[in-house]
Amino acid sequence: MSDHHEPQVPLASRAARAKALRAALDEKNLIPKDYIENFAHVAENDWKPQNGAHVVAKAWTDPAFRERLLKDATSACAELGYHGPQGEYMAALVDTPTLHHVIVCTLCSCTAWPILGLPPDWYKSFEYRSRVVRESRSLLREMGLDLPESVEIRVVDTTAETRFLVLPVRPAGTEGWSEEKLASLISKNVLIGVALPQVPATA
Amino acid sequence: MDGVHDLGGVNGFGAVELESNEPVFHEDWEPIGYALIFVGAADLNAFTIDELRHAIERMEPRHYLTSTYYERIVTGVAALFVEKGYVTHEELERRAGGRFPLARPVTPGEPAREPSISFAPGETVQVRKDHFRGHSRMPKYVRGKRGVVLHQAPRFPYASAAGHGIEAKHEPTYHVKFDAKDLWSDAAENSTVVVDLWESYLEKV
Repeated sequence: MSDHHEPQVPLASRAARAKALRAALDEKNLIPKDYIENFAHVAENDWKPQNGAHVVAKAWTDPAFRERLLKDATSACAELGYHGPQGEYMAALVDTPTLHHVIVCTLCSCTAWPILGLPPDWYKSFEYRSRVVRESRSLLREMGLDLPESVEIRVVDTTAETRFLVLPVRPAGTEGWSEEKLASLISKNVLIGVALPQVPATA
Repeated sequence: MDGVHDLGGVNGFGAVELESNEPVFHEDWEPIGYALIFVGAADLNAFTIDELRHAIERMEPRHYLTSTYYERIVTGVAALFVEKGYVTHEELERRAGGRFPLARPVTPGEPAREPSISFAPGETVQVRKDHFRGHSRMPKYVRGKRGVVLHQAPRFPYASAAGHGIEAKHEPTYHVKFDAKDLWSDAAENSTVVVDLWESYLEKV
């Protein structure tokens, strides 16, 4: 940068900075034993989109559960064992044949961790955060989801403490499917609203 | 604050790159920042999650725009541990073996509005027009705009106070729907944007 004096000391790497912070706090005994490893384990194994997929599949097959989910998603998810940080107040966004929801957090990258898992890199990108609110239709098309103009696209910006999941329309051709088989159609991208559940041609 | 983090509607960014079979973490240091949020906010009560969000917003703008997501988390958490007196910046740079940029200084917070004014689903509301230098969860693309309340959510600590570590009244947030064309004349056809806004960000029409 020509208008900027180069600092004399080079920037420490990202890994070195993270590890320096950890070491400094560790030395003061501020980090309980195995805390970071346990956190990583929970993030990698317990918070996963299969949880949200279970919620969606159950809502598709159990009308009473669907009603509870729409009324109080936090309790309905807790019924299935899904709760925790970034899931203190959750809400389901109900798609219809003429309304499609898509979730973003333009200010940072808030997501419903217990049912979606930690957000993917694309969700955290400046490209997604800046563009989806303004040019949802063309951006979704670029990402592989081409919706007709008759379908309203409702972009939900996670700017406060509500954490969302999209409840898509159950696809045609899935009549009589088990909850497990239906859940296999739901990915993290479907729960965020940048994809729709796809029924395999051979199903 | 009108910072570079407030990206909704900003032009100039390109394609969104999808990664198939993406791992939860790409590098071994990435969980450190996230885990230390919980050490600081839950175990030590040293800061709130709102203060963490604001610390990230206070990063020097050029650093913010060239950083990765987990780098911003580490930077924000480190800035707070330094500001709250748990570690020194010098110690972090010595241990890291190089520069360890943190955040620019914090400015005063804003208490929630008193007495409170509440809104009902179906009501047309207007977002406040004034500017505030501190932490805000009101993206600038809705400043002064009118929308319709879809839902009233439970009470949470008012972000513009909590983000500064001052006493934060718990007040409801509202899911407010805006016509995208009212926000940007060139917005997508037949599209709306819902923003989750604290009561103090809204005014009667």
